[in-house]
Amino acid sequence: MISFDRVSKRYPNGREALSNVTFNINTGEMVFLTGRSGAGKSTVLKHIALLERPSRGTVLVNGKNTSTLKARHIPAFRRGIGVVFQDHKLLADRPVYDNVALPLIVAATPLKEVDKRVRAALDQVGLLGKERMLPYELSVGEQQRVGIARAVISKPPLLIADEPTGNLDPDLALEVMRLFRRFQDVGVTVIVATHDLHIVREFGQREIVLDNGQVQGGAADSLPSVMATR
Amino acid sequence: MSLSVASARHTQALLGSIGRLSRNMFATTLTLLVIGLALALPMALRLFVVNAQTATGDFADAVDMSVYFKTDVPLAKAQQLAADARQRAEVAEVTVIPADKALEEFRTYSGFGTALEALKDNPLPHVLHVRPKAESTSPAALETLHRYFTAWPEVDIVQVDSEWVMRFNAILEVLRRLLVIVAVLLGAGVLAVIGNTIRLEILNRRAEIEVTKLVGGSNSFVRRPFLYTGVLYGLGGAVLAWLIVEAAVAVLSQPVANLAQLYGSTFVLQGPSDADIGLLLAAGTVLGWLGAWISAARHLHSIEPRA
Repeated sequence: MISFDRVSKRYPNGREALSNVTFNINTGEMVFLTGRSGAGKSTVLKHIALLERPSRGTVLVNGKNTSTLKARHIPAFRRGIGVVFQDHKLLADRPVYDNVALPLIVAATPLKEVDKRVRAALDQVGLLGKERMLPYELSVGEQQRVGIARAVISKPPLLIADEPTGNLDPDLALEVMRLFRRFQDVGVTVIVATHDLHIVREFGQREIVLDNGQVQGGAADSLPSVMATR
Repeated sequence: MSLSVASARHTQALLGSIGRLSRNMFATTLTLLVIGLALALPMALRLFVVNAQTATGDFADAVDMSVYFKTDVPLAKAQQLAADARQRAEVAEVTVIPADKALEEFRTYSGFGTALEALKDNPLPHVLHVRPKAESTSPAALETLHRYFTAWPEVDIVQVDSEWVMRFNAILEVLRRLLVIVAVLLGAGVLAVIGNTIRLEILNRRAEIEVTKLVGGSNSFVRRPFLYTGVLYGLGGAVLAWLIVEAAVAVLSQPVANLAQLYGSTFVLQGPSDADIGLLLAAGTVLGWLGAWISAARHLHSIEPRA
């Protein structure tokens, strides 16, 4: 599903955010991306969502080389990826319904279908009945779940999350992680960047550790793709 | 994308744009007013030119030529020559004014009646009044006609009463050019106003654009509501310009009618024709779309999602 081959990313200011990163993630896997702040977790996710392109090396996502993908194919590429952010990036002036529906609207889904799927997605994250509320009327945990509903509504084969539990208390964090695992259960590839080692241990999924822009321990490829520890 | 889905998307973008414009009524009104005034000005100037031409139309085309025969030319000869002249393609009408009749009129209207009694002979020659066809009033055509008459040995002098008409037509031509210049300049102004308004709108909605692109919204999807907003501004401004011009015509029509009456004319001030209105609305729509498109092309590409 995802393959990083000797990927380096150097920013114009000279800072090297990733150096020689290599790993593979198979379809249907759930993987934790861990490491200290600034280790390069977010940069890896940005490369997957094509918010960045590598300075050197190759990133393949679903068989597509992100370095050679033409600009006009980027929207379709991004529709295949659900992204969850720590700050959830909801539109403050739009009700929950509109926020969740956005990925379907940009994909020109018929409105009847949109309605059905928004309700289904909100039901999945336990927010049914809050369609007309504005994001700031919800709790932080609920806002995060709106972000998750938006990320999964178009049923993308790949779900990536950047510190999705960063602002949540431990109980809520566990709940959100269970939600992610349910998506993995139905075949979605899930990548979660987190510095919450407690959660990583709790779920016991494969872990890719980053430090200073490099993959630690060389374990990235060595684990089997099907989780023995589950 | 099926046709119905596509049209639903367009309707949605259009309604969204209308909604946003109506939520900012004050700013929207100001922008519409600027566009409306900028479009009303060239239209008003156009109406001025059209009306000036209509008001003077009766005599603007009436280029007269007076052909004076030598006094010894008999009337029969003058009439024969008049018949020749009527055969020419550029001639609309030839009137023969016999010397006797001219003297008669002169006696009646000039007030020199008694003085003229003293004359033994009629000092006036026979005269032809020649009116060229409307399409033959250009200086070159008049010159040809002038030469035709002066070539006759019976003719004394040929007088063309066209100088003031040519001056007047030249003034109208200057006004027409001015109209084009004003229209181009103000059209560019409308383009700039709409482009700038759309630029601000894009910057205001930066976060929304980023998220939309992040979830896979294409450039054309992101651009669409801005294009509709631009078209609504342009079309709305054009409608406003139309109302302004109609109001101005309504206010002016009575005093103009009075003025015309004092000059013994039945001239009525004309408002914009259907074609004028169509052109105005089309110009507004095109300028709005173009301004928005330029602004969107310039600014939307620079907004890319950051995580």
